[in-house]
Amino acid sequence: MKKELVSGLPKLWAHHPAERLECPGCQYPVITRIVYDVIDELGVEGKTILINSSACGYGIVLTTSMDAMFPNHGQGIDVATGVKRLLPDCFIISFGGDGDVAAIGAGAFVNAGQRAEKYTLIMVNNGHFAMTGGQLAPTTLMGQVTTTSPEGRGPDMGYPARMPEMIATVQGVAYSARGAANTPANFLKTKKYVKKAFQKQIDNVGFSFVEFLSACPTGWHMTPQESIKWVEEKMIPALPLGEFKDVDTLD
Amino acid sequence: MGERLFVIGNEAIGWGALNAGCDAYMGYPITPQNETTEWFAKEFPKRGKVFVQSQSEVGSINIVFGAASTGHRVMTSTSGPGWGLMQEGMSHLANGELPCVISLVQRGGPGAGTTRHGQMDYLSATRGGGQGGYKNIVLTPASVQETHDFVQLAFYLADKYLNPVIVMTDGLLGQMAEPLELRNLDFDPLPEKDWAVRGRENHPDGVRRVVTAMQGLMPTPPHPPYTGFLDLLKVLNEKYETMKESEVRYETYLIEDADLIIVAYGYTARVSKESIKTARKEGLKVGMIRLQAVWPFPYEIITEMASKGPRFLVVEDSLGQLIEDVRIGVQGKTDMHLLGALARHDPSDGGMILPDSVLNEIYRLMK
Repeated sequence: MKKELVSGLPKLWAHHPAERLECPGCQYPVITRIVYDVIDELGVEGKTILINSSACGYGIVLTTSMDAMFPNHGQGIDVATGVKRLLPDCFIISFGGDGDVAAIGAGAFVNAGQRAEKYTLIMVNNGHFAMTGGQLAPTTLMGQVTTTSPEGRGPDMGYPARMPEMIATVQGVAYSARGAANTPANFLKTKKYVKKAFQKQIDNVGFSFVEFLSACPTGWHMTPQESIKWVEEKMIPALPLGEFKDVDTLD
Repeated sequence: MGERLFVIGNEAIGWGALNAGCDAYMGYPITPQNETTEWFAKEFPKRGKVFVQSQSEVGSINIVFGAASTGHRVMTSTSGPGWGLMQEGMSHLANGELPCVISLVQRGGPGAGTTRHGQMDYLSATRGGGQGGYKNIVLTPASVQETHDFVQLAFYLADKYLNPVIVMTDGLLGQMAEPLELRNLDFDPLPEKDWAVRGRENHPDGVRRVVTAMQGLMPTPPHPPYTGFLDLLKVLNEKYETMKESEVRYETYLIEDADLIIVAYGYTARVSKESIKTARKEGLKVGMIRLQAVWPFPYEIITEMASKGPRFLVVEDSLGQLIEDVRIGVQGKTDMHLLGALARHDPSDGGMILPDSVLNEIYRLMK
């Protein structure tokens, strides 16, 4: 019978003090675990370069024994383009937050897609700017209170950005999906999305993108349990899970 | 002797990069340097090299960051507003100690200014125009051949110091055609780029590499070794001080007996040389210090000559930027004058500082 890791650290998760930097209840480690497990399953660890420009995620990539890069906030998409163009045989994963991808890096995001850059971008969406203290992000839900939407997000502040749906309309994109890790079922489904996205890169099809909905108890001023419930009851209805594009050729 | 071509300065940038072993170019079109971007689009892919037309100059400089992290020789080029957009990325390249070359073909400003020549980015190029007070070598060629040669030199210096290097020309040098001899310059051997990311299986020691624009902010063992912010500042400071000692570059022209010394770089140095030749025929003792690099700046020769008594005339197509450095060198020991952009011969953006304008200024100061 095949043994499956149900607790403990993934193989690629080297010990480092940085893994203690995440707040209690943060889902970054869960998301990172999915990514590490899939890298391990695909056997591409030795050729992987992880790029992380999302503020809260910086520390977590230090937990790996793989090559890693930390460009400035918002620039992980363009930086990944530079790495992949020079090292087309390497396996490139760029992590971004919702600020990274949907705000400051949105131009880079759309253009990496339209140029059909052959790497995988992961966007971790916790609905606000967590690292800087909880400000409004493009992904913030209607009515959600942040430090720069103290009365809750209203229509005068626009509407939540739906990045996987948006990028799915771009011809250079091979794969686009949104997952969550709020339940074991969603955890497993999202892992499948990540594996498909990575396979698009291995097959050199085009740009691949997965958004994760991620609970942030500290930023949302909730207990970990409450924040998981909030993902279920508020985030998923506004930002539905699923695949939005899955093609084997861009023509 | 190498192959000879008749090309414009913007194309010479490409030939210089090719002869330096450049592997990748990323750029965004902006006048007056489009011929550089187009040269790379035409010449690089067919040689198996990388060309990316980015979505903006912010994109260009960050794609350069990624490409440089792999240990390959990479460059971008820009002008005016694009130069402004690149500043944040420049600072991150300096923090990450990543070698790359940026060609800056100056146009007039501020704002969109003009799409033609100018020398109005001197201060932002020499003072670390982005955040945080980094420093970088700025080479200033004054001919098509020198542009080609200095691009090669720039790649060598970038790898030597693990720092961005700027090759700064202007719209006139970029658009001007002259004979170019393709030649490979000799430089000292450089160490392997052991720090580059390549995927762990490609490192002989089997240990991961980390490249970051956050040096000093986060400890990133095992590479690079900085454990804190002060550690980083010490290393950068030592690097910058070494550059200041070792990389001063200038050329003197008839300064030994001069009563008036012109200080200039780029197109205004070419123009000034014409005027000096005419003035010398008339017995006026004029000479020039032509700057081949404007950072580090040759303060010593300026101070030395100023203390001997000749007056100084700065000729630059701006409202006065280079003159700030000359003032530091002169130390109040002699008179200084500026012939700047207000001396342009024509009110349109085609106006330039002509040899006649420089000659008239020489007459005004010496007769």
